[in-house]
Amino acid sequence: MTVQDLYLLSPEIALGSLAILIVLLDLVITRKSVLPVVAIVGLTVPAGLTLLLRGDIQSCQDSTLTYPLENLCVGGGLQGMFNTLVVDEFAIYFKFLTFGVVALVILASTDYHKRIEGFKGEFYALVLFSACGMSLLAATTELVSIYVSLELTTLPLVALVAFLRDERSSEAGMKFLILSALSSAVLLYGMTLVFGFTGSTTLAGIASTITKSSVPFGSYALLMGIVLMVAGFGFKISMVPFQMWVPDVYEGAPTPITAYLSVASKAAGFAVLLRVFYLAFGELNMDWGELFAILSVLSMVVGNLAAIVQSNVKRMLAYSTVAQGGYVLVGLAAVASVASGDHTLGPSSVLFYLSGYAVTNLAAFFSVIVISNMTGSNQIDTFAGMGRRAPVIAGAFTISLVSLIGIPPTAGFIGKLYLFNAAVQSDLAWLAVAGMINSVISAYYYLRIVRIMYLVPNESKERVPSSIPMRFSLGIATLGILAIGILPGWLLKFAQGAVAPLLSST
Amino acid sequence: MLSLTVFLPLAGALVIALFLKRGWIVRRFAIFVAITDFALSAIVFLQYYQDRDGLKFVERYDWIGPLDIQYLVGIDGLSAPLVLLTGLLGMCAIFVSWSIKERVREYFVWLLILQTAVMGVFVSLDFVLFFIFWELELIPMYMLISIWGTGRKEYSAMKFLLFTILGSAFMLVALLVLYGSTGTFDMTALPGEIDKAVGSSKMLVPATALFFAFFAAFAIKLPVWPLHTWLPDAHTDAPTAVSVMLAGVLLKMGGYGLIRVCVGMFPEATSSYGWFIVALAVISILFGAVVTLRQTDLKRLIAYSSVSHMGFVLLGISSVSAIPEELNPVGLNGAAIQMFTHGTITGLLFILVGQIYEKAHTRSISELGGLASQMPFTAVAFVVAGLASLGLPSLSGFVSEALVFLGTFPVWGLPTALGTVGIVLAAVYILWMIQRVFFTPSLERYRNLRDLTFLEAVPVVVLLVAIVSVGVYPATLVNTFNSAIEPMLELHFQ
Repeated sequence: MTVQDLYLLSPEIALGSLAILIVLLDLVITRKSVLPVVAIVGLTVPAGLTLLLRGDIQSCQDSTLTYPLENLCVGGGLQGMFNTLVVDEFAIYFKFLTFGVVALVILASTDYHKRIEGFKGEFYALVLFSACGMSLLAATTELVSIYVSLELTTLPLVALVAFLRDERSSEAGMKFLILSALSSAVLLYGMTLVFGFTGSTTLAGIASTITKSSVPFGSYALLMGIVLMVAGFGFKISMVPFQMWVPDVYEGAPTPITAYLSVASKAAGFAVLLRVFYLAFGELNMDWGELFAILSVLSMVVGNLAAIVQSNVKRMLAYSTVAQGGYVLVGLAAVASVASGDHTLGPSSVLFYLSGYAVTNLAAFFSVIVISNMTGSNQIDTFAGMGRRAPVIAGAFTISLVSLIGIPPTAGFIGKLYLFNAAVQSDLAWLAVAGMINSVISAYYYLRIVRIMYLVPNESKERVPSSIPMRFSLGIATLGILAIGILPGWLLKFAQGAVAPLLSST
Repeated sequence: MLSLTVFLPLAGALVIALFLKRGWIVRRFAIFVAITDFALSAIVFLQYYQDRDGLKFVERYDWIGPLDIQYLVGIDGLSAPLVLLTGLLGMCAIFVSWSIKERVREYFVWLLILQTAVMGVFVSLDFVLFFIFWELELIPMYMLISIWGTGRKEYSAMKFLLFTILGSAFMLVALLVLYGSTGTFDMTALPGEIDKAVGSSKMLVPATALFFAFFAAFAIKLPVWPLHTWLPDAHTDAPTAVSVMLAGVLLKMGGYGLIRVCVGMFPEATSSYGWFIVALAVISILFGAVVTLRQTDLKRLIAYSSVSHMGFVLLGISSVSAIPEELNPVGLNGAAIQMFTHGTITGLLFILVGQIYEKAHTRSISELGGLASQMPFTAVAFVVAGLASLGLPSLSGFVSEALVFLGTFPVWGLPTALGTVGIVLAAVYILWMIQRVFFTPSLERYRNLRDLTFLEAVPVVVLLVAIVSVGVYPATLVNTFNSAIEPMLELHFQ
């Protein structure tokens, strides 16, 4: 390991150090309200380092990278750590997404629950450790590192899910622990098979064995491994049929953590899926494109139909994230455009949708936090009259729900437009039709909340209080929805640039 | 100028939402915005009318570069009268909302956003922009019907919304396929690009399939039997102003889309499936009329009559079938004018019904009676609107229906003849309704009814003027529509 490798890892090192710093600070200071400030200010360090790395990537692409980094520059990205780590545009995109989500989640959890009050240091530290794993996930290009970063992402989340230490939360934590362990085992088994048949754990090595078609028993044997890996990742991105844990865990976990799970951990899962399937199995793309198309339809249909009957808002949003994951899978299914042979459409639509979905879902969960903190319940019926009692929160919630349906002028609309565009270009018009029909179904249950907030009267006229950090984070998320919905050009370009490294080999 | 016309109501809505608190200020401000916007739309129309050629007021900016989406608006002869109609009915809708007492601020915010959305649909020349405006209208409509409506309002609002989204689902996929095949969302370039793509067999999906996807989206909106069931519900339960907007301009979005997209971009498919269109048209006309006969609720009656009347729009469109042999824009012109006249006539009828309901507290025809003696002005206006609706010469309904029949009869003789039965039935239900509501012996319980106040009479008079002037001198409208429709047909059939 060299100093240059440490430089590549610097954002993650900074994140980890920040987490440790917070735990230490927690021991010595008495005013705990400093901790979130430290966490958020501290996040600028990894963000700054990521910006630096991005600058170096650009000079690498212009071949103007100078000593001591010039040896790292491989194919438009910076490669290091014994070829297990690639910091490229793709990794940068997900790093920024993760940092943004973490900052908003930390802001939103400052006064979430009195049970968290005594353990704030641990809470933020765990969030940051998990973020460290997510940030790594998008950059690793080797199966074992992927597995390790995935565990680094998941284990802190298990503790966080159980953080409230009441019956529901502990049960959720336990479920999450067991099922992630199970899924990790499945994933590991899949990885072993792939390694066994290709003789390599690096994605590039796997790809080169496949291109040379020197896989024993042909691609069928490999397919076993691939299917098991899809199953393992499927748990992480809550894809049907691996979505059973989602409603219980989402319901029991502290709501900021539910938001975090539904957004960041899912985004990281998609990042690694894209990385693995494009870099390692790119040659087989016609096979897995159809696999993802079917899984996508299943996720959309099951998620949406199950969401209709929910009476608890967190469970409803849990099923809604399953359905949203199904929409994202459309982008994975769209492997190549028939007309132009353009491969960037599918993956870049995934990246774009994930960003839009991140702000949207965060806004939705933050609104739920504010309102259920006041009412003490997550039942949808308790949202009655919120249009009057909390006009701003209800407005933000409505915007996020409209975005989840995919009605303009929101991020959700442009995201779906772009996703389904990718599907249509890849000769999957039927998948786009299925996606749109699912949007129609979803409109029914999303609008039910809008209806209850604005149309059902509530005896209580009491206003709903909200803290300043909460309002701030909700405001940012809501503005993000509208900003991405109205002026999506820059983000689209960023997403398109970010997927270039995935396709350099094909 | 055109963007200003489109976005002025939205800006007004934002001002109301952010700065204005008191109901009386909100009302006055909303009326001010609506009148200004009507004036702007009239200026836009008149400027276009001066030379009636090609596209006017084109504004073109790159918007979402990576997807080739532009902010592209402009008007031609097809959209100019519809923009005027939207300005006119938007103003009338604000006037009739004077009596709204509940949640005044929100109400006007949604109503003004609705106006922007509808106008945006008529002026958009980029397909994605068109779609965005098309969808933008959903949430205001949902809120307006479900909060300020009556009866089963939430059911009706949801039904309206789901039907429309289902239509847009088809439209979105179809427009993405178009983009994939031609590489552009520009609606001015698309007719040519589609011909090219079909010629070089670059279409991802056969053009006929796309035609049907678009047709489904617009037919739901028009509405066409058997997809019409949302309309009577939405109309009956919506507040008056929303019924005015719904019947007056929202349905026209469907007709506009049919002419602009189905006829303009897929003329061959429209032409070869003319038999399908004419069948749906005749069923809509007759089914709508027969069901209308059986209605006992004034508002529902007018709502069903809309189904029948929008069938004439479809009938006019079916005349495209003749076009490979002879170039004949008469039927399409009739369809376009029918959209305009139906907007003014039905808008007026809904306003009057709203007033009757507000004063007599019932819409049931059997409970009403003899209103002519208490509300003479209302009665006169109602009779004029009713006669226009059944197509009396010298009123606007006659012009459009005559043109539709003239244009379609040479192509589809028997179906058109069947369609004329719709006119007869219209005479039956309209006259029967007017007779029962206004000209029976007056009832004791309505002794104290007042006629319209000045403020209430303003939109009525405005619409009466529109109805009579189009009826007496239709050339303005015919020439305007024709300036877009004839070139559209010539482009493809020469």
